[in-house]
Amino acid sequence: MINNLNILLPEIFLTLSIFSVLMIGVFIKNSFNLIFNLSSFIILLTIAIILNSSNNVEKIFLESFTRDAFSNFFKILILISSLFVLNSSKNFILDKKLAKFEYPIIILLSILGMFFMVSSNDIILFYLGLELQSLSLYILASIDRDNLKSSESGIKYFVLSALSSGLLLYGCSLLYGFTGSTNFDLIANELGKENTGAVFAMVFILVGLAFKVSAVPFHMWTPDVYEGAPTSITSYFAVVPKVAGLAVLIKFMLIPFSKILMEWQTIIIFISIASMILGAVAAIGQKNVKRLLAYSSIGHIGYALAGVATGAISGYESAIVYISIYVVMNIGAFSCLYLLKKDGEYKENISDLSGISKKHPMLAISFLVILFSLAGIPPLGGFFAKFYVFTAVVEQKMYTLAIIGLLTTVISAFYYLKIIKTIYFDDSVISFDVTRNKFAQLSIFISCSILLTFFLYPSVLNNVVDTLFLN
Amino acid sequence: MDFPILSTLIFLPLVSSLFIFISRGQKKNNSAIYVSLFSSLATFILSLFVWYSMDYTSADFQFLEEQSWINDFIKFKLGVDGISILFIVLTTLITPICIISCINSVKDRVKEFLIAILILETFMIGVFCSLDLVVFYLFFEAGLIPMFLIIGVWGGPRRVYSAFKFFLFTLLGSVLMLVAIIAIYWITGTTDVTQIYEIKIPKEYQNLLWLAFFSSFAVKTPMWPVHTWLPDAHVEAPTAGSVILAAILLKMAGYGFLRFSLPMFPLASEFFTPLIFTLSIIAIIYTSLVALMQDDMKKLIAYSSVAHMGYVTLGIFTFTKQGIEGSVFQMISHGLISAALFLCVGVVYDRLHSRMISTYGGLVNYLPKYSFLFIVFALAGLGLPGTSGFLGEFLVLTGTFQKDYLVAMLATFGVVLGAAYMLWLTKRVIFGVTKNDQIKNLKDVNKSELIMLGILALLVIFFGFYPVPLMETLDVSVDNLINNYEIAVQTNGLK
Repeated sequence: MINNLNILLPEIFLTLSIFSVLMIGVFIKNSFNLIFNLSSFIILLTIAIILNSSNNVEKIFLESFTRDAFSNFFKILILISSLFVLNSSKNFILDKKLAKFEYPIIILLSILGMFFMVSSNDIILFYLGLELQSLSLYILASIDRDNLKSSESGIKYFVLSALSSGLLLYGCSLLYGFTGSTNFDLIANELGKENTGAVFAMVFILVGLAFKVSAVPFHMWTPDVYEGAPTSITSYFAVVPKVAGLAVLIKFMLIPFSKILMEWQTIIIFISIASMILGAVAAIGQKNVKRLLAYSSIGHIGYALAGVATGAISGYESAIVYISIYVVMNIGAFSCLYLLKKDGEYKENISDLSGISKKHPMLAISFLVILFSLAGIPPLGGFFAKFYVFTAVVEQKMYTLAIIGLLTTVISAFYYLKIIKTIYFDDSVISFDVTRNKFAQLSIFISCSILLTFFLYPSVLNNVVDTLFLN
Repeated sequence: MDFPILSTLIFLPLVSSLFIFISRGQKKNNSAIYVSLFSSLATFILSLFVWYSMDYTSADFQFLEEQSWINDFIKFKLGVDGISILFIVLTTLITPICIISCINSVKDRVKEFLIAILILETFMIGVFCSLDLVVFYLFFEAGLIPMFLIIGVWGGPRRVYSAFKFFLFTLLGSVLMLVAIIAIYWITGTTDVTQIYEIKIPKEYQNLLWLAFFSSFAVKTPMWPVHTWLPDAHVEAPTAGSVILAAILLKMAGYGFLRFSLPMFPLASEFFTPLIFTLSIIAIIYTSLVALMQDDMKKLIAYSSVAHMGYVTLGIFTFTKQGIEGSVFQMISHGLISAALFLCVGVVYDRLHSRMISTYGGLVNYLPKYSFLFIVFALAGLGLPGTSGFLGEFLVLTGTFQKDYLVAMLATFGVVLGAAYMLWLTKRVIFGVTKNDQIKNLKDVNKSELIMLGILALLVIFFGFYPVPLMETLDVSVDNLINNYEIAVQTNGLK
């Protein structure tokens, strides 16, 4: 047993470092900077540890914890995106006086929760990971506690999320009741037989998961929380928990529910179509960039779910590629928001972007690339993401899903174009402060270069993702 | 493997646009204009070289380039045949002319404008070179981005509406084509065009796939009733934008019919011929009538483009040698003529800032050189023998007469209408009484305008008298296209 502990090494390392930085925070005054940098360093080290660990499937603790290529990939994706989100928002955090030392620590805690989510092979461990993540996110949403909107978004998120966790837990207990086990593999075996009760359990679990990835019809919290929370937190919300949520969804389809795929698929197809349509239509009227990005993220989750809905490995792969490119685009988009600073105020209305192409050409062109990519126009990265998903969808002969999905891309193109119109066609109103936020610029640059050059070697992600499902 | 000449052709403008992008900071835009002019001329010469060194006697694709691209199953495949090379040369010819036109017409953000034009050129050449459906789609759609910006940033007062309409119309048509491309991939196991020609798509899929491709090409052509974006886009776009739109972007659809719809879905093409004929006839007659009553010069030319593209689609779907060669010839000649007409409007627009016909009148007394050129292009536009406009229409009509008398007669009626609106336009703008005093102070065409209009006028007249270079290039490829079509139709007992 003790020999196998190295399987858990990233988690152990992360836990111990969280405790140690917490101690530093308690005993050293004004240690935000130190802890912030230490946290980034911890994330980097964890990436190194995971890269060093083997990709063979290994299970410990009565097979409740798995380490394989799949979980490693998602952990690295979670870490890299957290690293970028955290560092590009540092200036924002300082300006907004959010520089409490707990901030990076809570983020690390939520990462730890997600690690257990993606590695779990047992519903209890899965639930614990999910809750650790969710609790951290509640605190993060209301971290700007003197701000009414931030506190409101925290409460809102907490109440709704607690409800969905309750449903999920109810589903888990039903599942245990009907199959007699909490282990994914054993559940999968049990579900091979006729088992009506398990379908109920599956519905409840799916509701909980759909809530976490903010898919329609469980998306109500998203726009309010995105708008209310400080931008640095919103960008974290928009990126990292989505990755973990999608990983868990795929995992549930892959192992415990693989035998009742038909029922599971029907619901996901519905959720996917609803998310794509709502994400496209509801965003049109938005005036706040963060709210708009909230609806756009609902739409994007819809596309990723379309890949998951195929119920085939190629579909899961395309969903993973999709979410990875989504992460790149969203990190870029939110980093652009950190540069919209005028007299110490961060602007977040679309109308504030009016005519920035004249005074800030580089910012404008980055926005342009990211927005066209979000709209899925070739030759940018976002197009390939959609292309892979719809290739997988058509492979399963789900033509309706493909056609609805592609038509919604046209509708959603409209609101992305509207922002581009504001940036490029309208007269200039505000000129923003000269920024010192080098890391945000760096992440915009990286994100844009990835999106622009993706067409040169579009199978780079696929080659990695292909290896995740080998076993 | 040989030198990748087609990739060089495609990416040369892109690289030079990057070069212009990086060299920022100088106040004067002249250097940007010289760099872009130089690179577009280099591209033109390179494309002439490709044309010259091609083997006209072979219908195969030449200068093939293949690169593994997406997951080893979709290849980045390029190649040209007798049909596509003409469009490539047209593209590379029109682009430097557009860049010259910027000197007079674009005052604001010149550098960005040149970058957009060069990037657009890359995508346009890419469309005509690609031999893989996904590569084709990539370039086809990517062209929307620079064109959207060209209309929206440098356009007229209603530019936002037009730019959105242009973008969303085209995108809506194209996404269905994307579904069809993916479906073809799963049906045949490849998106390589030459392999799909060999494999032959099963009959039961052809109609739906044809319709999906049609939805995209119909919007782009544009065919009635989805042509409404074109007049708006033309009117609001800056001169160079209108020129590229009319001369090249519209041709992508005609080219798409020839390269994809006809050879990949011959049975569906046969099946849908009546539809195409009906829409083409409506386009020819209805939009000619609409053109008659326009009081905006650019709008008039835009509607005339829709009518001319009606001949193109008509000719393609006759499946006769005359019809198809006529269509291609018509596309090339319309590319030259409509480009020239838009440039002509641009010349006076730069001076008086009005596109209204009523502003002008009696230009012949004060701008003799300009008037001469305008009349040459107007006559070419109405299809006067001795200009390239005549040959295209004549061949298309000859082809149509072999298929269907009624359609051919109606289409011929369109020629008369074409003469009506073009001559009336000339009468009102060039001749007549000078009511507007400002016209008396106008300067005649300057050197750069004379160069670009002169080149186009020479070409229009040259190809009107001596179309052999174009026809020679086309011949074998068109023969091959028709042969394959005939075989496909006969083996399925449709004839």
